[in-house]
Amino acid sequence: MELCPPGSPTGRRHLISISDLDRAGIERILETAEGFEAVMDRDVKKVPTLRGRTVLNVFFESSTRTSSSFELAAKRLSADTISLKAAGSSVDKGESLKDTILTLSAYEPDVIVIRHPQVGAPSLVARNTNAHVVNAGDGKHQHPTQSLLDLHTIRRALGHVDGLHVAIVGDVLHSRVARSNIQALIVMGARVTLVGPPSLIPRDVAAMGVEVSHEIGAIEAADVIYVLRMQRERMLEGANFVPSLREYTALWGVTPERVRPSQLVMHPGPINRGVEIAPEVADGLNSKLIDQVRSGLVVRMAVLYDLLTEPTTTGGEAALRVVTAGQEVA
Amino acid sequence: MGERLFQRPVPPANLLITGARLIDGGSGLEGAEADVRITAGIIEAIGEGLSAEGRETIDASGQTMTPGLVDPHVHLRTPGDEDEEDIASGTRAAAAGGFTAILAMPNTSPVVDSAAVLGGLIDRAREQAAVPTGFFAAITRGLEGRELVEMGELAARGAAGFSDDGRPVVRAAMLRRALQYARVTGLKLTLHEEDMTLAADGQIHEGAVSAELGLAGHPSIAESVMIGRDLQIARYEGAPLHICHVSAAESVLEIRRAKELGVEVTAEVSPHHLCLTEEAVRGLDPGRAKMNPPLRSAADRAALIEALADGTLDCIATDHAPHRLQEKEVPWEAAPNGVIGLEVAFPAVYTNLVAPGLVPLSTVIERMSAGPARAFGLPVPALKVGRPANLALWNLVESWLVEPPYASRSRNCWAEGMTLHARCTLTVAGGAVAHRLVGAAL
Repeated sequence: MELCPPGSPTGRRHLISISDLDRAGIERILETAEGFEAVMDRDVKKVPTLRGRTVLNVFFESSTRTSSSFELAAKRLSADTISLKAAGSSVDKGESLKDTILTLSAYEPDVIVIRHPQVGAPSLVARNTNAHVVNAGDGKHQHPTQSLLDLHTIRRALGHVDGLHVAIVGDVLHSRVARSNIQALIVMGARVTLVGPPSLIPRDVAAMGVEVSHEIGAIEAADVIYVLRMQRERMLEGANFVPSLREYTALWGVTPERVRPSQLVMHPGPINRGVEIAPEVADGLNSKLIDQVRSGLVVRMAVLYDLLTEPTTTGGEAALRVVTAGQEVA
Repeated sequence: MGERLFQRPVPPANLLITGARLIDGGSGLEGAEADVRITAGIIEAIGEGLSAEGRETIDASGQTMTPGLVDPHVHLRTPGDEDEEDIASGTRAAAAGGFTAILAMPNTSPVVDSAAVLGGLIDRAREQAAVPTGFFAAITRGLEGRELVEMGELAARGAAGFSDDGRPVVRAAMLRRALQYARVTGLKLTLHEEDMTLAADGQIHEGAVSAELGLAGHPSIAESVMIGRDLQIARYEGAPLHICHVSAAESVLEIRRAKELGVEVTAEVSPHHLCLTEEAVRGLDPGRAKMNPPLRSAADRAALIEALADGTLDCIATDHAPHRLQEKEVPWEAAPNGVIGLEVAFPAVYTNLVAPGLVPLSTVIERMSAGPARAFGLPVPALKVGRPANLALWNLVESWLVEPPYASRSRNCWAEGMTLHARCTLTVAGGAVAHRLVGAAL
C-alpha cells in the first residue's frame, strides 16, 4: 500500500491495486488475517481495535459478498460503518462521483471502501479525500481484497503459495479478479497459467508474466484451479465471444473428470452451476468456495487494520492488541 | 481559389528582430544569425547589421526564428460549446504555440455543413481570430454519413476542405462519392479513420496495458483497416486525400505503400502520439491521456517517428480538443476523448524528438509549417524578403513547466506537469504580433 495516486491530498496509504503492495506488504496483511482467524473461533467475535474509527462503504454496483464482508469486518473491529448504495442516493440525481466523495468526506471517515463499474474510480476518490481508500472492485481493473483472500485461502489449505502452479480458467478478458490475482500470485512466487477461449484471453497478457493455453487439459498440471464466472452477456449478438454456453461448457467447463483429487478448486462467486463449474465440483471435497467467503472477512479486517495502523513487521499479534478509543496502536 | 484563412483586423507589425538564428529549409536558412526587419507586416529585409529606422527593436540573440507553424487539425468548439473554447481563446492558444495558421474541424453544434453556419464562423474569425484561421466543412450533413453537403457552395463561401472528423465515413460507397464530387471544389477531404466494429467500446490501445488495466482495447487494426480501404478507393478514383491523426505502425505501412503506388495522399500525426505511449494511461487521468485514436505502443511510436523523419507522414497536427474540466474529472470510461495541445506542440516535439537526436530540427519545422500548408494548399510561411511576416521566435534552451493557466479556455492538456524546452517568445501571424511572452527577455 505504498501508492499515493498523483494529486492525493495526503500521503495516506490506499489499497487500489495489488501493485500497490510488495511481497512483504502482502505477507504482513496475511499474517494479520491469520491472527484474526483466532478471533473468529471465540464466542464473542468482536474486538475493540478500531473503536471510534469510521468506515464508509460506497457501492455503485451490486454486490452481496463483498459489501457484506466489508461491513461485517468493520463491525467486528468495532468501527462505525455506513454503507451506501448508488440506487436511492444523490447519485440518482446526477451528482458526480467527485461531489459524492467530497460530501461524504465532510464526515471525516477514516476509510472509504468503494466499488464502481468504471476503471479508475477509486483513484479519483483518492485524489479527492483525506480518507484511506480501499478498492472493492473497479470495472474490469482490480479487486485487490479478493486476491488477498484467495492467497489466504490457499495458504491455509496448502501452507504456502510460493512455487505453486495456479490455472485461472475462463473469461479472463472481463475479469478484475483475474487481473488482481495474476499480480498477487506472481509476486508471491506462484506460476500462473491462463486457460480459456482465445476470444476471452486479453491480447499481450503474457506481459504480466503468465502462460496461456486454450486447452482445458492445461489445468491438469495445476495445484489450484481457479474458475472464473462465465457471464451470459458474452454470448449476445454483437459480442459473440463464444458461440454458446453449451459449447463453452463442453470445451472449458471444470467438470469432475477434469479435476484430480489433490487439486484445490476456487471461484470468486457468484457461480453459474453447470456452466463454468459442474455442481459436483463446486460442492466437492476439493472445493474451497465457502472457505474463500470466510477468508474474505478476516482478510478485510486485516486490510482495515493495516491501513489504520502503522505497518509493523510483528504481524498478527499486533492486530489483536486491545486499544481503547483515542489511543494510538503501537 | 478565394480566401480560405480569416483573421481579425490588426495593426501590421513594424519591428527589427536582431541576432536570432534563422531556420527555414525552404528558404535555404540553416541557423545562421541575421537581423529581420518587418515593415507594415511584410518581411522587408534580412541581413546583418540592419538599422531599426524608427521601428521597435527586439534583441533576439540566442533565440531561434522559424517560419510560423501551421496546424491543420484543431477543434475550436465554436459554434455551440464556446465555454470549452472559442475563436478568440483558441487562436490565442495557437499564437502562444507559435502557430500562424490553423484549420478548425466542423464537428460543432450545429455542424458546419451549410454555407450559413460557415459564413457565421468566418464573420466571427474576422472579428476575433488572433491568427489566420480556416474552417473545414463536413463531408456529410450532420456528420451522419448519409448525404453529401453542398460542397460547391461551401467551397465558394471559403471552406478550407471537408472532414467528418470525430467519425469515420462508415460506408465505402459514400466515401467514394465524396471523393468524386470534391473534385468540383479543388479541396481535399481529411479523414478520421476508424472501423467502428473493430474499435467497439475500446478505451485505450489494445495491448499489454489494456490487458493489465482491464480497459477495453482499441486495436491498431481499427485504424489501419479503414486507411487501407480508403487508400484503395482514392487510388481507384485518382483522388487526393488526407489522413488525420495516424497512430499505428500498421497505418504507416498502408500510407507508405500507397505513396509508392502514386496515390496523392498526405497524412498527419499528433505531438502526443509522437511523445507518449500507452504507458501514460496508467495514471488513469483521462484529462491527460484519453483521446481517440488512443496512445499506442512503444513500437507504434517508433514507427511514427521514423515515418515523420522519412516523409511518409507529411505533417504534425495537434488535434487540439478542449473539454470541460468537470467532464474530464470522472472515471476513465465516463470521460470524453480529447486533449489540448496547441501551446505545447512544438516544445514537446522539440524536447522529445529533436533534443534526443531522433529527428532533425529542420525536419520538424518542415512538418509543422510547409508540410501542412502544402497539404491544404495554404500559403507556405517562409522567412523570405517580400513575404508576409508569419514567423515564430523560440528560446530553445530555457526549460519551463507546463501548468495552468493556459491561453486555451480548457485545461485538459496532455503535457501538464511536464518540463519542456523551447518556449515561444514571439509570434507574428498574418503580419501582426499575435503573441509575446510576458517577462521574456525581449
